[in-house]
Amino acid sequence: MSEKTTPEPAAQARKHATDPAGPPKAAQSPSGADAADAVLDTAESDVVLDAAGGQIPPSAVPAATQRRNLDGGASVLRQIFAGNAMVSVLSVLLAIVLGGILMAVTNPKVAATAGYFFALPGDLLTEVFRPYTALVQGSIFNWAGADLAAQLYPITETLTVATPLICAGLGVALAFRAGLFNIGAQGQIIFGALFGAYAGFAWHLPVGLHLVVVILAGLVGGAIWGGVVGLLKARTGAHEVIVTIMLNYIANFLLLFLLTTPAFQRRGSTNPISPFLDSSALFPGLLGPQFRLHAGFIVAILATAFVWWLLNRSTIGFEFRAVGANPSAARTAGINVSRSTIVVMAIAGALAGLAGIAQVSGTEKYLSGGVAASIGFDAITVALLGRSTPWGTFFAGLLFGAFRAGGVAMQAQTQTPIDIVLVIQSLIVLFIAAPPLVRAIFGLNPRKKKSTRGSTAASTAGGVKSGAAA
Amino acid sequence: MSATSQPPASQRTTDGPAQSSGPAGVKTGTAELVSWKAGIGLGLLAVLGVILFGFLANTKTAGFRIAEARDPNASTAAAWVTLVVALAAAAYLGYLWTNRRRTGAAVGRWIPATTVAAVVVLGLAALGVARVEKIALPSMALGWICSVLLLAMAAYACFLTLPHRRIPGWLGGVFAVVFLIGFMVWIVAGGRDAEPSISLGGLMAGAVTLAVPLVFGSLSGVLCERVGVVNIAIEGQLLLGAFSAAVVATVTGNVYLGLVSAAVAGGLVSLVLAVVSIKYLVNQIIVGVVLNVLISGLTSFLFSTLLTADPQHLNKPGRLEPVDIPFLVDIPVIGPILFRQSLVGYLMYVAVIVVYVGLFHTKWGLRVRAVGEHPQAADTVGINVNRTRFRNVLMGGAVAGIGGSFFTLVSVDAFSKDMSGGRGYIALAAMIFGRWNPIGAFLAALLFGFADNLQSIITIIGSPVPSQFMAMLPYALTVIAVAGLVGRSRPPAASGIPYVKG
Repeated sequence: MSEKTTPEPAAQARKHATDPAGPPKAAQSPSGADAADAVLDTAESDVVLDAAGGQIPPSAVPAATQRRNLDGGASVLRQIFAGNAMVSVLSVLLAIVLGGILMAVTNPKVAATAGYFFALPGDLLTEVFRPYTALVQGSIFNWAGADLAAQLYPITETLTVATPLICAGLGVALAFRAGLFNIGAQGQIIFGALFGAYAGFAWHLPVGLHLVVVILAGLVGGAIWGGVVGLLKARTGAHEVIVTIMLNYIANFLLLFLLTTPAFQRRGSTNPISPFLDSSALFPGLLGPQFRLHAGFIVAILATAFVWWLLNRSTIGFEFRAVGANPSAARTAGINVSRSTIVVMAIAGALAGLAGIAQVSGTEKYLSGGVAASIGFDAITVALLGRSTPWGTFFAGLLFGAFRAGGVAMQAQTQTPIDIVLVIQSLIVLFIAAPPLVRAIFGLNPRKKKSTRGSTAASTAGGVKSGAAA
Repeated sequence: MSATSQPPASQRTTDGPAQSSGPAGVKTGTAELVSWKAGIGLGLLAVLGVILFGFLANTKTAGFRIAEARDPNASTAAAWVTLVVALAAAAYLGYLWTNRRRTGAAVGRWIPATTVAAVVVLGLAALGVARVEKIALPSMALGWICSVLLLAMAAYACFLTLPHRRIPGWLGGVFAVVFLIGFMVWIVAGGRDAEPSISLGGLMAGAVTLAVPLVFGSLSGVLCERVGVVNIAIEGQLLLGAFSAAVVATVTGNVYLGLVSAAVAGGLVSLVLAVVSIKYLVNQIIVGVVLNVLISGLTSFLFSTLLTADPQHLNKPGRLEPVDIPFLVDIPVIGPILFRQSLVGYLMYVAVIVVYVGLFHTKWGLRVRAVGEHPQAADTVGINVNRTRFRNVLMGGAVAGIGGSFFTLVSVDAFSKDMSGGRGYIALAAMIFGRWNPIGAFLAALLFGFADNLQSIITIIGSPVPSQFMAMLPYALTVIAVAGLVGRSRPPAASGIPYVKG
């Protein structure tokens, strides 16, 4: 993509020098593993310490090691049960069960029905499952709906809620792949929304053009706020986690301030809210006025495809991944690490800015202090659940969107606080991040019997077993 | 009046250069690459100062009330004793300083710091002895004085950079103090009243109060990072500490049990962090972030379901009342600020000192730092790396948990949703600002508490700066600090990297 006049030697050198980082990854990785590498290397990627540096080769990644261990004669069945997909499914299951227990314990009705459990077990079970039924009814399909529109409304709601989650999640995931931990999606969303909303209500442009301008403004806004992080990281070595957390607050206060200025505040209103965006600046509805689903969802799909292309098919994406896997090797190979850092943060910011646009141009239609809600933080969990792959993030966004949409219905119907959704989401991510933990809980850990073999292999496998065997 | 207020500041401005510029120049006389960053940064700030304090100043006077800070019943005797003690301390330290300088012995970092502290106490004691009620400063005149001083210092920094000499450390400190004085005068004079004034004692006391959870949080961060584990979960530790303190104190009816349970709760969060990140080698930052979300969701859920249903029996902890330390509390201005604290407040001082001494002056601390800097080396000499890490992370969690109890047992006497309000993240920033040192973290947390309290006070008196910008200040400061304008800070080398024996 950005190959210049003398691409041959440069590309060649690049290939060679990144090879040391390459092979182990290629050997072990189906999609998930290298995402996990990127994540693992994130923390102190530029600490060049032989002791510690030597200890985090990709072999220290649990997701990868489990695969390696299984290669030696494990049965197919076991492989299925202990594989990545199975761990993901089990994680979700475990989180849902734990969430259910929490809800059951705190629900006085459950205690009441438990009193006559042996007489009428059905009562207890319905009471325990009621929140989850409401969750499904609110997020996927409402079988109690009067007509087809009412029955399908929940799934469209899920897609609507998922749209900003997917966009912001992509931003976080992209930064992960380049070895950067972007906690700043919140601030980037705010900036995107700020720029986009201003373009939306202050400028009056023809239909079609206006929406494009709004989207571009949002992308620029997010890119600025993300780019600042990249710039600080690249130029001064400031840790991006701290910088992004601080910039989140700064963006939030800036938004609150601007909403009290005449340029942003709605005329005649004392509340800190902006005027409504022009109708030409809004995403058109996809299924008609009775649904909230808007064209922003299509944009989210396009963004996912774009990130996939960027990461897997473009030169610049290759550079991102190389930097994420091993910055020193990437630097040796002639990749400009500083530039990569700045560019990847700018793109990540732009993606988060798109989430801001999905909010102001899609669902909210005006700018307020709570425009970013907690999307920026949910996006982190979305990206983690999606293992930092574009389509993984997309589906993780859908899942969390379903939780969000269903959580609202659940709260309305069963008075279960929506906060339970946070618990379930974070448990899912926690379990997925630690496959050995899940396998230990389900008794699927293949290492228990083979401790002798394990210890001999430990030297090559980075000794994860000694640490991880339960 | 204004003359009496000046001693601390002017003392520092005058004796600083005279005493420490010499060796700084000698040390860095050789050609060395010195960046223009400091010179340019100071220059920009000086220009900002000139615009704000000089051109935008008004003709009002800024009043700083001192009377309220002093207990009306406080004996003047205490003030006199303080005066004498501070004078003796300042004289002795000054003597030590100059003597060591003359003989060429190393001057520890603590000598200048404690000297300055002694001089400040001396000034305050003098105010107390003189029974000063209020200091009124003409904002216009003082604003211009500060502007000129700032410009002069920025120019001096550039002048030093020109022949590649390093800018001495005191310059930044003095610059910060002058900037702060100018800023305070400007912002107070900008108040709504004809003669705006704020209570200095109230400002300081509020700053310390707001800083308590930050200090505990940042100490937790120090304990964990020094041993090589990044602790983003401070927020969660504070929150669960607050929650469990409220519930246990209500259920048992004993506030102290609440305090203990807060420590246990914080340790519990740490336990998860330790198990998942040390044993299962999951990225520590990820675990921290996820734990924060988990705790936020869990406490909010339990609050909405259980605590709001029956607040009488679950969410009505008593309070830890402030306790005066006899005599010390009579020290003018600083006495009531430092020595009228709740138990949690005193524990804060103890914790800072214990962690500092523990980390830097004991065998245990040496081992901890070795594990944080070079785990493999520590392992070769027989230190159990992961056990050390486990233990420290648990300790850090307990410390942060106690900090969390401050929310429900001292500041507000009930738990509410997300009541830690992101302070865990600020504690993290304080830790970095304080360069992974307990004392530094303590001071940084105080600074954040000060900015926080200043913001709420000037919102009341009305100010030329929108309150949102004041609220932004600590975060902007942190970004600047982290970006290295204040000085490059280096985390423990192995921080964030899981250790795998082999």
